Amino acid sequence: MRYRILASLIVTASLGFAAAYAAPVGYKLPEEASAFKPGAGLEVVQGNCTACHSADYIKTQPRGEKFKKDFWAAEVTKMIKVYGAPIDDADVGKIVDYLAANY
Amino acid sequence: MFDRRELLKRAGMAALVTGLGSQRAFALDTVTLPFDNGERPLVRYPQKRPMIGLTERPPQLETPFAIFNDGAITPNNAFFVRYHLAGVPYDIDPDKFTLEIKGKVDKPLKLSLKDIKKLKAVELVAVNQCSGNSRGLFNPRVAGGQLGNGAMGNARWRGVPLKAVLDMAGVQQGARQVTFNGMDGPVSDKTPDFVKALDIDHARDGEVMLAYGMNGDDLPFLNGFPLRLVVPGYYGTYWVKHLNEITVVDNVFDGFWMKSAYRIPDTPNNSIEPGTAPKATIPINRFTVRSFITNVSDGAKLKPGSTTLKGIAFDGGKGIKEVAVSIDGGKTWTPAKLGKDLGKYSFREWKLPVKLAAGSYELKVRATGNGGDVQPMTAFWNPAGYLRNVVETVRVTAA
Repeated sequence: MRYRILASLIVTASLGFAAAYAAPVGYKLPEEASAFKPGAGLEVVQGNCTACHSADYIKTQPRGEKFKKDFWAAEVTKMIKVYGAPIDDADVGKIVDYLAANY
Repeated sequence: MFDRRELLKRAGMAALVTGLGSQRAFALDTVTLPFDNGERPLVRYPQKRPMIGLTERPPQLETPFAIFNDGAITPNNAFFVRYHLAGVPYDIDPDKFTLEIKGKVDKPLKLSLKDIKKLKAVELVAVNQCSGNSRGLFNPRVAGGQLGNGAMGNARWRGVPLKAVLDMAGVQQGARQVTFNGMDGPVSDKTPDFVKALDIDHARDGEVMLAYGMNGDDLPFLNGFPLRLVVPGYYGTYWVKHLNEITVVDNVFDGFWMKSAYRIPDTPNNSIEPGTAPKATIPINRFTVRSFITNVSDGAKLKPGSTTLKGIAFDGGKGIKEVAVSIDGGKTWTPAKLGKDLGKYSFREWKLPVKLAAGSYELKVRATGNGGDVQPMTAFWNPAGYLRNVVETVRVTAA
């Protein structure tokens, strides 16, 4: 088991970065691993949210009664009004419901 | 290098196997930060040792706290990473990189990295700390990046004073601010680009730096290669990465990231009643004074008898005057011995031998800055979760 861990680390390190700034620097991020939870509205959320950020932005937010529908509605509104997310009016409710139900 | 045996010991083999077997190919394991929903993957990125993964795109990585016990300087491969927007320029040719200085200047400039490195270099040890460092510890909780205490680091930065470059360009009469833009940007053109501003006098104070070096090496890619702004004593939001555009302006810059984001209440201690909204706000600026115990973690079991507590302290640029430690929950305090002074913007190490008879203890550490600022015993609150600097408590048992 340990050998496999070490081997995977070595491969990761060597693939990840072109040696010592041989120009141009090509930085390779690890493959994205975080995903949205399954649930009603998942496709709408994937279609609207993932262009700009990974799913862990949502998963790591505080939980609890104060972080349900109103909280997520405010976040989705912020994404539209502040960050210019092109979300159709018809999708806003579906996204908020999905987030409130699953996070 | 990361101590794998220590990792195995701490996390347990079972958790490690689960981590590798999951779909998260790069997660070595998980760590749990000390607040609800605080479980995070421990992730491996190029040029970085295993880091606490907050988000993947754009990447945000937190420094595992144990690293702060290794010394006053945070290694480049452990330094935290914070991006706002996913348009990160992952292919940068340092030979083609140029920094543009324009706006209200007599002679607009385009400098290559070579041009900048030919100028007289300066070095400065300075802490960089994310505005939202420790946000996850806010009570009541607030939205945003849910960080523990690891979105900070201390490095020896090498570069040229911003003043030298501004003087070369010749700042014109009536200049009020200088704006800073990096090569990273939004995915959508409707999202405000990440641009920050400093007042002209601040920009020309001789300490604000265009840094290309960090702890004797080039900047790591995710820390702003090949050039970043260093604003000593100020929160990381101003330390623009991949910096390639400096503009002198004759107004107060009103871009989103100055006018609307990164604001703190314009009240004493920039604090308001939890759950309320501030009437007026100002841009976030200097660090509040903070200190940490680094060699004993919360919940630790120690052997009764003598032990030496150690840790770090820093403030917004006046330097640390005193660090005091309490082993009785804050009833009595003993001054700690301060370590080597690496400059007023640096982490300052401290240590104190204490005797702990068998029993339970609340260890607290409290720093005072040379300006007289002292850490509060109860936490201040603001809606964005910035500026946390309450006296931290570590609960241990001697048995």
